[in-house]
Amino acid sequence: MAKGTIQIDREKCKGCHLCVAFCPRHCIVVSQGINDKGYFPAELKEPGEDGKGCTGCAVCALVCPDIAIEVYRE
Amino acid sequence: MKQVFTGPRSLKPAIFHYCPGCGHSIIHRLVAEVIDELDIQDRTIGVPPAGCAVLAYNYFDVDMGEAPHGRAVAVATGIKRVLPDRVVFTYQGDGDIAAIGTGGTVHAANRGEKLTVIFVNNGVYGMTGGQMAPTTLEGMVSTTTPGGRDLSRDGYPLDLTQMLAVAGGTVYLERVAVNSPKNIRRAKKAIRKAFQVQLDGLGFSLVEILSPCPTNWKMSPVDAWKWIDEHMTRVFPLGVIKDQTGYDDKPGDEK
Amino acid sequence: MRGSHVLGEAAVRAGCRYYFGYPITPQNEVPEYMSARLPEVGGVFVQAESELSSINMVIGAAMAGARVMTSSSSPGISLKQEGISYLAGQELPAVIANMIRGGPGLGNIAPAQSDYFQATRGGGHGDYRCIVLAPASCQELCDLTFLAFDLADKYRNPVMILGDGLMGQMMEPVEFPDFVDPQSLPKKDWILDGAKGRPSRIILSLLLDPKALEAHNYKLVRKYDAITRAEQRWEEHWCEDAEMLVVAYGTAARIVKGALKRVRAMGLKVGLFRPITLWPFPAAALKRQTRRIRHILVFEMSAGQLVEDVRLAVEGQAEVRLYGRPGGVIPTPAEVAHQISHYYYSAHLPRDEAAAGKGGA
Repeated sequence: MAKGTIQIDREKCKGCHLCVAFCPRHCIVVSQGINDKGYFPAELKEPGEDGKGCTGCAVCALVCPDIAIEVYRE
Repeated sequence: MKQVFTGPRSLKPAIFHYCPGCGHSIIHRLVAEVIDELDIQDRTIGVPPAGCAVLAYNYFDVDMGEAPHGRAVAVATGIKRVLPDRVVFTYQGDGDIAAIGTGGTVHAANRGEKLTVIFVNNGVYGMTGGQMAPTTLEGMVSTTTPGGRDLSRDGYPLDLTQMLAVAGGTVYLERVAVNSPKNIRRAKKAIRKAFQVQLDGLGFSLVEILSPCPTNWKMSPVDAWKWIDEHMTRVFPLGVIKDQTGYDDKPGDEK
Repeated sequence: MRGSHVLGEAAVRAGCRYYFGYPITPQNEVPEYMSARLPEVGGVFVQAESELSSINMVIGAAMAGARVMTSSSSPGISLKQEGISYLAGQELPAVIANMIRGGPGLGNIAPAQSDYFQATRGGGHGDYRCIVLAPASCQELCDLTFLAFDLADKYRNPVMILGDGLMGQMMEPVEFPDFVDPQSLPKKDWILDGAKGRPSRIILSLLLDPKALEAHNYKLVRKYDAITRAEQRWEEHWCEDAEMLVVAYGTAARIVKGALKRVRAMGLKVGLFRPITLWPFPAAALKRQTRRIRHILVFEMSAGQLVEDVRLAVEGQAEVRLYGRPGGVIPTPAEVAHQISHYYYSAHLPRDEAAAGKGGA
């Protein structure tokens, strides 16, 4: 399985949580702390609930309104 | 690891002022990606009129000219007639294009102005705080339809894109939505095709994009995406409404 | 050549290649002329679906750096007011011709001057001014059209040519200056033509930050002050020995010139002060006249609009009376002569017996 990862810009994220809902691996969660604007940004959780990590499929970046996610893949 | 996704060149680094989960943000990215892919950043001129997206000129890194509310298509006509070899697009909301701007839009389409119109339909007047728009659905609550839109008083949701189909000058009209990964890809393809229609000088092209407005719909972004599927697409079905482009792309082949 | 055609031909020769219009009497001949003429010079004519749309096409063409014109008549000009306010706010050059007709409402199609306030005070929103030029002959209409395009570009501001139904229809000989090649015009470094090899540009008038809008407004104020200092134009006719002055512009001024022949023959020493720029109003020049002349009659084909600028200009140094004929009927020189003489006698002004004896020029 191609390994991949993402970088979420905590300050750019407005906590809309669309990525959390649409990540096929469910490895993005709502972080506990708030960012400067008071949003609860999304953050990558390794490994995902079902044990498999991020594959770099970029669905999260596709749905992210604020281009807050950079995606990398093997 | 190789980076496989980053923001488009044609967008300035500025952070969007749009609300969390707003469809404008996604659509801005899609339009900018298309401008990058068609390599037309240095000859594209955008015309945003009043509305949430009037501030589009803070985001698109192309020449932008602000139009009065409802007049974007007329301003764009003036620009395109002077500079026929530039790519001119308008970026309008439903109130701007289908209420105050109806006359101008119908006639620009009928003249076959070689423009590309990005029509963002989120069912309300966003910037001014969520009033009823021409595309507000029956029974939908807005700040000017507190009891829900009443057809006998407020009339029917207006499908301008269908109306434009009968205008002789329109070449390509499609309605898409930005409420799921698949639909977002579909939307980008339609936007790209609309710009291609202009590049080939075929005539008037317009893409209507159903777009979530979580703040004024008073829903979470995720619920707003569902709401588009469950309600909006009933009244505003997605799909190609007119295609005289002659392009041999099969619908659904995601590029 | 007919006035409306003069306007069209002068615009083309002044380098205008784009015209957006809509039919309305009494200026239909302008779009008609442009629809044939512009293609001959590689220009573009578009008949829009409304005056409202046509002024916004003008905005677009101006953003793209072109010399552009539109024309209409009173009701149509009312529809263009929002667009004109945007032209001023976005500092865009454009020429707008208004062949005034009787108003208000649908009024009639006879000439009138009842849009003076709308033109000089601005019928749109916000603090802005249009430079307003008032021709009184076909030749002057031609010359002022050239001037209009130069001033519009020089100050990046809308310029209005204020004619009327008669000006548009009357035929007089005209000598046209030679062609201005649009390519030879100075390059504009602020236009929207695609960010090739340069940063992208924005043309806007939305300035949400209060300080930014205030600064922008003061910039416009400085511009209007500069225009007021530099661009006032007027004509003084038979004023050297005048005991009384008539102030009138455009068609009304032509009627006054006819009236002056009559009254001068009766020995009444009356002169005409004719503003050519209605804004900036030639206030200083008019005030200078009041060093000697204490009686001013304002004649205008409206119920009394120009008279306010005259009163403002003279600052009480002279008595100002109004002979206002609102839209509908074109007054005759004889009627105006009667008003002049009535005022002259009631003010006990000295007559020139010699002139009276000889029966006048």
